[in-house]
Amino acid sequence: MEQNYQKKARREKTMEIVFLAAACVSILCVLLICLFLLANGLPAMVEIGPLKFLSGKTWKPGADIYGIFPMILGSIFVTAGALILGVPIALLTAIQLSFFCPERLYRVIKPAVELLAGIPSVVYGFFGIVVLVPFVRALGEPWDGSGNSMLTASILLAIMILPTIVGVVEPALRAVPRSYYEGALALGATHERSVYTAVVPAASSGILAGIVLGIGRAMGETMAVIMVAGNQARMPKGILQGIRTLTGNIVIEMGYAAGLHREALIATGVVLFVFILLINLSFSALKRRKKA
Amino acid sequence: MTNDSLKRGKQQTGAPEKGINTVSFADRMRTYRHHPGSFLLFLVTNAAACVTVLVLGFLLVYILGNGIPNLRPEMFSLTYTSDNQSMLPAIINTCTMTLLSLLVAVPVGIGSAIYLVEYAKKGSRVVGLVRVTTETLSGIPSIVYGLFGMLFFSNTLHFGYSMLSGALTLAIMILPLIMRTTEEALLSVPDMYREGSFGLGAGRLRTVMCIVLPTAVPGILSGIILAIGRIVGETAALMYTSGTVARIAGLFDSGSTLALHMYKQASEGLYTEQAYATSVVLLVLALIINFASSQVAKKITKGR
Repeated sequence: MEQNYQKKARREKTMEIVFLAAACVSILCVLLICLFLLANGLPAMVEIGPLKFLSGKTWKPGADIYGIFPMILGSIFVTAGALILGVPIALLTAIQLSFFCPERLYRVIKPAVELLAGIPSVVYGFFGIVVLVPFVRALGEPWDGSGNSMLTASILLAIMILPTIVGVVEPALRAVPRSYYEGALALGATHERSVYTAVVPAASSGILAGIVLGIGRAMGETMAVIMVAGNQARMPKGILQGIRTLTGNIVIEMGYAAGLHREALIATGVVLFVFILLINLSFSALKRRKKA
Repeated sequence: MTNDSLKRGKQQTGAPEKGINTVSFADRMRTYRHHPGSFLLFLVTNAAACVTVLVLGFLLVYILGNGIPNLRPEMFSLTYTSDNQSMLPAIINTCTMTLLSLLVAVPVGIGSAIYLVEYAKKGSRVVGLVRVTTETLSGIPSIVYGLFGMLFFSNTLHFGYSMLSGALTLAIMILPLIMRTTEEALLSVPDMYREGSFGLGAGRLRTVMCIVLPTAVPGILSGIILAIGRIVGETAALMYTSGTVARIAGLFDSGSTLALHMYKQASEGLYTEQAYATSVVLLVLALIINFASSQVAKKITKGR
């Protein structure tokens, strides 16, 4: 009996350690990712010169000139475009879903938004190639524009971040106590006015969190963007001209890069990683504030 | 429709409950006459939702409409040639990749969720660290995972461009998703169950394995289904880890999954018709996965 009990206790202890080990895997993964990216990317950054690497306006691997400023701008511009186009629609959709949607319609719109989130990014990219590129080309014809352009990438990304933002904002809106809405209604405001002036401001940190998450998605998106953005490694020239993002830079050239060129690409990944980390930090800070 | 299900539906949508002050549609239209601003907001809000649904509808109709006529039997032959552009090897690779990644990520994810929920003491430093790292992991873009996989699995561990490197990379990528959903599922198991089990003399391990985990299965399953969706659609993380060779690949061979296969077809510009067909298959897969996860989610809400 005594022995049996000891055996049981030992088994309990072992399994607890096994579960603890499993929990530590994610810590290990983050450490490894940081370690390997930094170890392979930083030397190149030092060799090129951090300032020259970050603010250099020319990217010519053939001549050993590595400046990723055009790509940084490219990522920022494309993301900004996606936000300008996508955020209003996403927010309004979230508001519609939480306050304006009859139950029957909800059963159509909600799965539609979820499906948008589930479509693979290559399919979006392909849709961009066959539909958006010709559309933007026709649109930009008077201004000598190209179909593979910043605008195309922004439209595509706007569609892609829609479900991300709706997914965060809708629960945030629903979490606002009903008394806010009812109070406004009791004061004689219409349904719309109550929603937009009482409930929406109360959910502002949740809304901001949704937008920040959308920024992260837009900046990190790779395949769909390179399929429609044109990918010229030069300073952005205009909305209707091609552009290359940080993510695109890595994927396009990694296949044949070697030596310093390859390390410079990994350093591009490091820069992207740091950007995303900053965005994530602000997202979790917002989430914490929402809870407090 | 029964009264009961109506009530439940109302709670889900959070729409104003029907009460004494119920307003008919005509009444509302009459009030709008005095509040044109409100009417405008009403229109704009609904228009935005329409845009969302229309975008999806257009995408589905366009891709399915153009793609289904392009589906030909030779696209499902066992070997790939540049003529037949067969996607069957890629489909098989996708299945292998999914299984391999789940095989690694699911036990680790469930184990760590069990530790966080059932074993860890409140406010323990390990828990805080794990939460921060999972949040970080879930925000990292897939191309960074791809770079890491290339540097670590392919180069340092010498797996080369292989299904194994790809699967391990994807396993890290889906780990936070599985952890989070499992954690939520475990947390939603009522404490009563645990107390009952302890009261009958079961140890912690037995309580977790025989009582808590079986109860949490639907929640865990919905997480796994979402993870499958991510694996099937992934391209950037696989390009430089599993490679893009179009053939049925073993563990240490390079092989492209369906999404990568489609990327090649679409970006080369020579095989647009075949790319349409491949995207139909990908879309149908996405539809099935979405449907399955919503079905499972329905089961969870019913159980409560």
